[in-house]
This record gives sequence, structure tokens and C-alpha cells, in this order.
Amino acid sequence: MSSSNFLIMRHELLLTAVALIILIAEIFSDPKKKHSIISFTLILFGVITAAGFLPSPEGSMFGGMYNSTAGELLMKNILNVGVLIILIQSADWLRKDENADKIHEYFILLISTVIGMNFMISSGHFLMFYIGLELATIPIAALAAYDRYKNQSAEAGIKLIMISAFSSGILLYGLSMIYGTTGTLYFNEVADLFQNNNLQVLGFIFFFTGMAFKLSIVPFHLWTADVYEGAPINVTSYLSVISKGAAAFIFIIILFTVFPVITETWQKAIYVTAILTMTIGNLFAIRQQNLKRFLAFSSISQAGYLLLGFIGGNQLGMASVIYYILVYIFSNLGAFGVVLVISNATNKENINDYNGLYQTNPGLSLIMTLALFSLAGIPPVAGFFGKFFLFAAAAEKGFYILVLIAVLNTIISLYYYLLIVKAMFLTRSETPIEKVNSGFYTKLGLGLCVAGIFVIGFASILFEIIRNISYGI
Amino acid sequence: MDILTLFVVIPVLTITGILFVKDIKQVRIVAAIGMGIQLILAAVLVFMYLSARKAGVNDEMLFIKDYLWFKSLNIHYAIGVDGISVAMIALTSIVVFAGIFASWEVEFLTKEFFISLILLATGVFGFFISIDLFTMFLFYELAVIPMYLLIGIWGSGPKEYSAMKLTLMLMGGSALILLGLLGIYFNSAPDGGQFTFNILEISKVTIPVSAQRLFFPLTFIGFGVLGALFPFHTWSPDGHASAPTAVSMLHAGVLMKLGGYGAFRVAIFLMPEAASELNWIFIILTSISVVYGAFGAIVQKDLKYINAYSSVSHCGLVLFAVLMMNQTALNGAVIQMISHGLMTALFFALIGMIYGRTHTRIINEMGGLMKIIPFLSVAYVIAGLASLGLPGLSGFVAEMTIFVGAFQHTDTFHRVVTIVAVSSIVITAVYILRVVAILLLGPVKDEHHAHLADAKWYEKVSVITLIGSVAGIGLAPFWLSTMIGKSLQPIVNKILAAGLF
Repeated sequence: MSSSNFLIMRHELLLTAVALIILIAEIFSDPKKKHSIISFTLILFGVITAAGFLPSPEGSMFGGMYNSTAGELLMKNILNVGVLIILIQSADWLRKDENADKIHEYFILLISTVIGMNFMISSGHFLMFYIGLELATIPIAALAAYDRYKNQSAEAGIKLIMISAFSSGILLYGLSMIYGTTGTLYFNEVADLFQNNNLQVLGFIFFFTGMAFKLSIVPFHLWTADVYEGAPINVTSYLSVISKGAAAFIFIIILFTVFPVITETWQKAIYVTAILTMTIGNLFAIRQQNLKRFLAFSSISQAGYLLLGFIGGNQLGMASVIYYILVYIFSNLGAFGVVLVISNATNKENINDYNGLYQTNPGLSLIMTLALFSLAGIPPVAGFFGKFFLFAAAAEKGFYILVLIAVLNTIISLYYYLLIVKAMFLTRSETPIEKVNSGFYTKLGLGLCVAGIFVIGFASILFEIIRNISYGI
Repeated sequence: MDILTLFVVIPVLTITGILFVKDIKQVRIVAAIGMGIQLILAAVLVFMYLSARKAGVNDEMLFIKDYLWFKSLNIHYAIGVDGISVAMIALTSIVVFAGIFASWEVEFLTKEFFISLILLATGVFGFFISIDLFTMFLFYELAVIPMYLLIGIWGSGPKEYSAMKLTLMLMGGSALILLGLLGIYFNSAPDGGQFTFNILEISKVTIPVSAQRLFFPLTFIGFGVLGALFPFHTWSPDGHASAPTAVSMLHAGVLMKLGGYGAFRVAIFLMPEAASELNWIFIILTSISVVYGAFGAIVQKDLKYINAYSSVSHCGLVLFAVLMMNQTALNGAVIQMISHGLMTALFFALIGMIYGRTHTRIINEMGGLMKIIPFLSVAYVIAGLASLGLPGLSGFVAEMTIFVGAFQHTDTFHRVVTIVAVSSIVITAVYILRVVAILLLGPVKDEHHAHLADAKWYEKVSVITLIGSVAGIGLAPFWLSTMIGKSLQPIVNKILAAGLF
């Protein structure tokens, strides 16, 4: 193993190093000054996020089980940026007394999942992919149960672990069929040997189902709302943007590189699930009162829009998926950030509680509005560009009916996003939430989201970079 | 910086300025100064445009600037104007300027009100200067979304319902437009080559007719929703009735024109073949808009509802004229957009001022206002006469041109629908004169109204600006006609080249 190999695996190694450093720092830190570990970790993570953008050689390791390309590097960097924002946003929450003795656990578990995601994205072999996937999932279940004395949180943890075990089982079953018929698990060899016979297609469908669980695509979405509601808000936002983003990245890589032979088959599957996911996610979101459940259903429908980038199998599609994840990270974290701040200060999480919020907290209301508009795809914020490119990708391959259903769905989604805007701006309240004073880290986290929401759309250079590393079938 | 981009930059600067001042008075002044500069700029643009044309510049669009934005999708920030857009920009700046003065008395969340209002105006200006479909669509949606807050926060009556209905219906329209634009884009290079969003480039090729049949209706209905196409007009009465004065002015005066403008600039201009095949459906629908809107206005009791229905009728006439697809009718359509824009803005401004004094908009509860507030009443009569098409005011020129254009088609279908649509003139006279009679003439019904004060200086600024413009077009329509007529030539040529008429 030469030193250049270290460079190829830079992301994973750096993250592992950070996790270990935190572990050691925890042992040697003064029990009364546990809070200092927060700033320490944030700085450390900021540094490695920045280091991730340094140029890096492409290459392959472990006999092709691990690959690193410019595209995968970019995906990892996008995830790192998202994780950094989440860490910043959680700083003030971790300072609460109830979390004092488990701060480092939060960081270590979270960073381990990022390591898993990075291995998953870089995998060139289904086994490596599976290990990465598990490493990315199991610590999250522990995180979901972070507030272990709250029943809901414990329930969320157990639900997540059951569901992920179940979906992993299905996924492995599919992989075993693929292995049985092709005799290999290397991506490139499977792609060559795939012949579109029934058993292989069945194997693919099991694989698809397993991934659909991770991406919470209808009809495999039922766990989402409960887990999102029960888990601490930071973990929920992590689940909804980073986990989902990583799963979408590897899913599109595998679909485009391993299964191009059965493009027509998976196009049909995606066609149906995309329509179901958008529509059902949207319709259920209308009825939600709890903001976490609300955002859970909204994120289900967002996954539905995301599938429009998959379906064409084209370069524009892949570019738009990566771009949309980037946009989605900033928009959704903006929304979750506001929910987090308010929940931290008041324990209020219902839409009704937000009545008249603009009277007392104009800044937070405006950030929430921007984030929701970005999720709904209203210009001039980034979500508009993201949605436009997704729809363009599907339209390029002639899926106009699907695009029509998607644009009509954006109207439904606009309705329920506006319900929150209405609560904040229009509805008068006798007892609005009092003025919330937020700390430095909260402001920084929200500020980053707002900057991202404004800049990403107009900065066409970002889209061009993403487009250059994308490929079609 | 080029003059066209200034039209977007100045509102943005005004918004920034408003953000940094504290006092309500300063907010008003900054808004008024910003939009005043915008008005002057519009006058400069008209002048520059006319002198360039006089100097013999025969390009289709003038002052073109083109910046590449998203390279791989060939999306540009491309701007340029022809006579029609110049006229629309002038209209918008007049209405916005008047709107600022009409909302001088907004005291609740003043800062936010003016910011939203000017943001809306930014979208409208951006829409009219764009010649790239992507940029155009971006500005279009930007113009629609502030409406939700404007109506929801500062509106009256069932404002939350109206705001939601209006926003969702208009965004529904824009969803159809989005699909239509994507369809146009991916068919914009039938002979190979790079796809484009640029209107001028797309107009040089013929989009395959099979694709046109799919995307023309989508685009037309999409813009038609904003242009109050029957049966998608229902947002208009509720929305206008609930909106605060300046928003009604801007919305009926300018925003609805985005529908008409888009319908011919995008739907008809780029897809004339499908337009001529399918236009009979939409001609029938627009005729219904025209007549139904006018009848609707007769039975309403609320002043704003009367005007909203009248807008449905008049804007229906714009779409009706656009669908006739010949030089005269298109000319009429553009004049009608300008004329109705000014006139309806004047109406809504006056209604707002009357409501601010009497605190009712129900016509039966008022009477004899002519004796109490003569300035506003006379202005109201002028607006009414313009609306019913009295010669000497703008409405006459517009409607006359449209009906002459429509009657140039010799077949029975066009003749019949034209005759049906012409009947709206009579109906318009009924509802206008009915209001004038009940509201302004006769004895004073409510003694509380006897001591109302007439217009204040800022109200006069608003009203006189609008009346001056209405009368200006009515008395000297020729410069406007020439300006528009030349610019319509490429559109008409494209229709003729399609070999349709």
C-alpha cells in the first residue's frame, strides 16, 4: 500500500481519524468541560470538509472493490458539507444538560455513518456496497434512540433497525440471485454477464425494493413518518438529507453502470413508484399537524421528484439528481434548522404553534419561508433550478406524462408549504411563540443554509461541474 | 449596465433601500423615488426605442444582451425588446408608480408591503424584457408568488381563501407552462443541433407539428389561466376583491397582461401551425369569457367584484384577439392590454379610495357621491367611459381594432363569434352606467357620507397619472399603433409563412 493509495481513500481515512480523535479526546477531557468537545469537533470536521475539496488522484483499490472517481469525490464532498451543517446546527442542542454525558457518542456514531456512506458510494463490488450500507444504517438507529428515556425516540430506534434489517435482507436475497446467475459480485462483471433472464430480473427487483426502503419510496415508506417523528430533530434531518442523498447517489450509480441491460424494466418500476411516491407523499403531508411528520412526508414526495432524474438514464438526469440533492440538503436543513431552534426553546413542534410567528421571530419566519419555497420550487431560490433540471431530464427522454404528473404534484406541495407560511404570516395569535434567542452556532448553521439556498441556483458553475462528472447509460 | 437590466436592478435596489430605513414615511418615500426613477427610465426607453426605429434599425428586437448562464443546457440570460414589450414596460411603470401612491395609507407592516409589491413588479419587468424562455419563466413565477402574502396579509374579506385559490390556480397555470416550455425546448432543433430557449432562434425553425399539437394547448392554457380564460378565471373575482388596492391595480392592470403577452409571444408565435388548427376551441372559450364576464359584472353588488368580472371580460377579449391571428386583431390585442391595464388600475385605485372613505364597497349603500367627492367621482366616470369604449379614450381604439380584425375572417364561425363578442360592448355599458347612476348620482343615501373629504395630494398623483395616460392613448393612438404594428410584423410573417391564411 503506497502513499498514493492513502490519497485515494482520503475521505474515509480522514473521517476515521476524526472519529478516533474524538474518542480519545473524550477520555482525556475534563468531565466538567465536556462542551469544549463540540467546538473542537466542529473545527476538525470543517478542516476535513475543506480538505476533501483538494485535488485527488482517481484510482481503484482492493482489486477493484473500491473505486474513486471525480464524480464520487464530488458526491462525498456534498455529503460532507451537509454533515457539517447538521453538526453546526446541533451544537446548541448538544449543550443542553440532558445531553451532557453523551456528546461524543453523537459525533462518533454520526461520523461512522458518514464513513459507511463514503465506502458505499465508492464501492465497485456488491459486498463492499453492502458493508458500507450497513455501516451507514446501524449507527443511525442508535442515534434515533438518542433520547432513550423518551418512548417515541426508543420506538424510532427499534423501528429503524427492524426496517433496515428487513430491507437489507431483501436486498441480500436479490444480490444472491444475481450472484447465483452471474457468478460474480463485481459491478463491471455483473454488468457484462447480465442477460435479462427472469431470475436476474427477479434479483434486480429485490435489490430495487431494498433500495426503495432506504430511499423511502412508496410503497416502502411506512416507517418514515414514525421514525422521523420520534428521533431527535438533528437525527431526523440527517436521515432525510444525508442518508437519503447517499442512497440516491449509489442507487443511480448502480442503475447506470450495473443494470443498463434491463433499462426498460427499471424504467417501468421507477415510472410507477415515482408517481406513487410523489402523490402519496404529498397527499399525506396535507393532513399532518406535527412539523416533523410533515417534513417526513414532504421528504417522501421529494424522493418522488428525484426519481424523475433516474428514469431517463441520461447524463442530464444524473447531473440533475446530484444537483437536486445539493439543493435539497440546503433547503431541507434550513427548514429543519428552524424547527430545531423553536423546538429547543419551547418544545413546540406543531404547525398551530407557529401561528403569528412573524410577529415575534421575523428572522426565523423568513428563513423557514425561503426554505419552504425552495422545497416547493419557487424562483429565485435554488429549489426552482433543481426541479427544473429534474423535469428537463425526464422530458429529454420523452416522459412528458410523468413530468405533467410531477408538475401537478408541485401544486399540491405548494399548497401545504403555504399552509405553514400562512400560519407564520397570516394567522394572528394571542400567544405566539416568544422571541427565541439563538446562539452563534445556530445562526451560523441557518446562515449557511440561506446562503446556499440563494447562491446554488444562480451559480451555474456548480451545475456545470456536476454535469461534467455525470454520465448516462 | 444596459438599460434593460436596469429595469430589474432598480426595483431590487429599491427593495434594498426599503430594508435599511426605519420610519414608515421613509419607506414610502424610498418606494416612490425608486418607482419614479423606473417611470423616467421607461420614458427614456420609449424615446430610445422610437429614435432607434426612426434611424432605420430594423432588427426584430432592440437592445439585445445575451449572457450565457447554464452552458450545457444552453440557458441564457437574454434580454431584448420590441415595440410591444416597450409598451408593456411603459404600462407597468405607470401602474406601479400609481400603485405606490394609491397605497400611501398602508400602515400595517408597511415595509413588508412595499417590498412584496416591488418584488412583484420586478418579476413583471423581468418577464417583459426576457427573450429567453427560461429567464422569462423564472420572472413569471417570481411575479406570482408575492401575491399570496400581499392578499393574505393586507387583503380584506375572505382573504386567506382568496389568496390560496389565486396562488394555486396561477401556479397550476405555470406548471402547464413549464411543461410546454420543456416541450418547445426539446423540439427546438428538429434538424439536429443544439436545443435553445431563445425565442428568436426558435421562431426561425418550425417545431414539428405533432409536438405543437401537444404543447400549444398546454402553453396556451397555462398563460390563459393568468389571462382569465374561461373556465380558469375563477381566481380572478375572489382574488381581486380580497386584494388591497395597489395589488388589485397591479394584478388586473399588469399581471393579467402577462397571460395575454405570453399567449402570443410564446404559444402563437412559436407554434402557429397547431394554433391555427386548435384555435377554434379557445376562441369559443374566450368568447364565453368575454360575454360571461360582462354578464357577471351586471349582477354584482360589490364594486371590486364588478371590476374583477369586467377584467375577465376585457382580458378575455385580449386572448380572443390574439387567437384571430392577423395583423389588425393582434394590434388591437396589444392596445387593449395597455388600455385595459391603465383603465382597470384607475378603477381599482378609485374603488380603494372610495372604500377608504365610506368603508363599504356595496353600491346600494352609497349614493350621490358626485356631490361629496367630485374629484374622485369624475375620475370614476372617466374610467367608466373608457371601459365602455367611448371614442377619445383608449378603450374605443382597442375594441374597434380588435373587432375589425376579427371580422376580417370571412368564414361563418369567425363572424358568429365576433358578433357574440361584440355584444359585450352593450353589456359593458349596462354595468358601467348602472354603477355610475347608483353610486355617483342621485341623493346622498347615507348621511355619514356627507362630510367625506375629497382626494388628497398623493391620491391625485395616482389618479391623474392614470387618466392622463388613458386619454393620451385615446387621443393619439397612432404612435402606439405604429410602434406595435412594426413589431407585430415578424409574428404575422411567421403565421403567414406557416401558410395558414
